Amino acid sequence: MSADTSPAIELRGASKTFRTPSGGLHTAVRDLDLTVRRGEFVAVVGPTGCGKSTTLTLVSGLEEPTAGEVLVAGEPVAGVGDKVGFVFQQDATFPWRTVLSNVMAGPRFRGVPKAEAKEKAREWLARVGLAAFEDRYPHQLSGGQRKRVALAATFVNDPEILLMDEPFSALDVQTRALMSDELLELWEGTGSSVVFVTHDLEESIALADRVVVMTAGPATVKQVFDIDLPRPRKVESVRLEPRFIEIYREIWESLGEEVRITRERGAAHVA
Amino acid sequence: MSPEVISTPVVDTVKVPDRARSRAQAARRRKLVVNAARAVLLVAVLGLWETLSRAGAIDPFNFSMPSQIWDQITTWVMHGTAQGSLGEQIWYTLQEALFGWLIGVVAGVIFGIALGRIAFLADVLGPYVKVLNSIPRIVLAPIFVIWFGLGSASKIASAVVLVFFPVFFNAFQGAREVDRNLVANARILGASDRRVTLQVVIPSATSWIFTSLHVSFGFALIGAIVGEYIGATKGIGLLVAQSQGTFNAAGVYAAMVILAVVALVAEGLLTFAEHRIFRWKPANSDS
Repeated sequence: MSADTSPAIELRGASKTFRTPSGGLHTAVRDLDLTVRRGEFVAVVGPTGCGKSTTLTLVSGLEEPTAGEVLVAGEPVAGVGDKVGFVFQQDATFPWRTVLSNVMAGPRFRGVPKAEAKEKAREWLARVGLAAFEDRYPHQLSGGQRKRVALAATFVNDPEILLMDEPFSALDVQTRALMSDELLELWEGTGSSVVFVTHDLEESIALADRVVVMTAGPATVKQVFDIDLPRPRKVESVRLEPRFIEIYREIWESLGEEVRITRERGAAHVA
Repeated sequence: MSPEVISTPVVDTVKVPDRARSRAQAARRRKLVVNAARAVLLVAVLGLWETLSRAGAIDPFNFSMPSQIWDQITTWVMHGTAQGSLGEQIWYTLQEALFGWLIGVVAGVIFGIALGRIAFLADVLGPYVKVLNSIPRIVLAPIFVIWFGLGSASKIASAVVLVFFPVFFNAFQGAREVDRNLVANARILGASDRRVTLQVVIPSATSWIFTSLHVSFGFALIGAIVGEYIGATKGIGLLVAQSQGTFNAAGVYAAMVILAVVALVAEGLLTFAEHRIFRWKPANSDS
């Protein structure tokens, strides 16, 4: 199979076990099979703390699987590659760099000449609507603006694969819907494959081509749903469509059970 | 929106700057009072010292008095000290402290970052660093005089050992406490290990390092002075030692005053540099 026809991401029986500080073993991901096609937007939903984020770190090469295989563009992942972009849940902008310098960081790290990096960075800052803020430092921006910087800093590298770990969960509801729309706009031009981890089912349906429901931890794929809502979508309006509500109900039946299991476990821990 | 603006009473627009002005006035007045109180306190303490000394309530031979100390300083300024002009002594001490400080800081930062980044080094060297740190390093000063002679090298060496450890521990801690997200983000964006160290670890450790720089310049001065006190041909420490040797209490205090001024000026310069470097930090995060 040539590299061009192989799927963007393939996880085959991937497991990840961590050693906890107290010496025990914690399995975050168990026997995970998942395929993401090229140019596809996949959302991964699951109860909080089930190991969704670990799946992303395996694909990114930040962590190695304990067992199984992780392939990106048909090749096994060995360390952090240059095909991957990652938007983190927490703020990961460099506080001592200006906005422009933050967006330039990726190309500069990859050896792009300064002038070219600056030009590309300005282009992406304009696209996320922060052209006027290039000389600011991150602490002078709002949370939503900092997220935009993070998006620009990720997209400027032209990633084939975009991994997003609850990127908008720290934002307020209105900003969140706005950012989701912007993400879709930015993504639609690039043809990259996206894995978007969230615990918000509405967000996942509004954004994705396919929604993957994870089991309560250790995480493994429970069920996969195709989302047949037409694109381009507007997050605020699509969630009012009857088909959306139908899909929501269908997926919640699957997800709700896992959430309940997690909740019961939490209660057992407290008791 | 606009009708509201129009209907806003004129009184309000006058009132606001008025209130702002009275608030600014109050702030100014408070500053004035604080400064005045400080001046009064200083004059009271010095005045009390002077009168008690003159009245013989405390022994002027041991405790001297402000007027004598002032005389001593002016004599040194006008006619120089026994081993040359006062400026030369200050410059000599300052030079030793500065060299010792620079060497100590550079070594401390390099070792701190290296041990913070390379777990193997930290594991191997950790216990030895702890042992060295627990030695009262000031007792090394006489040994350095034996090793390096009466020149400035022995003073620089004692300044270095005093400066190295606080800087080292802060740099180490700073390198350890780097936000893991920032490191992960830099790696994803394509940074090599070297780039991560230079462009993520070191910048985030700088605020830790700067904290130690303030303390450590004081230590550098102490190292230089103690070295000079034990044996030297020039410097403020030697002034202290000689004044003591000739039972000149005013000389000892005068040297202390000069040292305090030097340390304050150095501290001011450091704060200025810090403000320039940390423009990226939100205001009033410290102070």
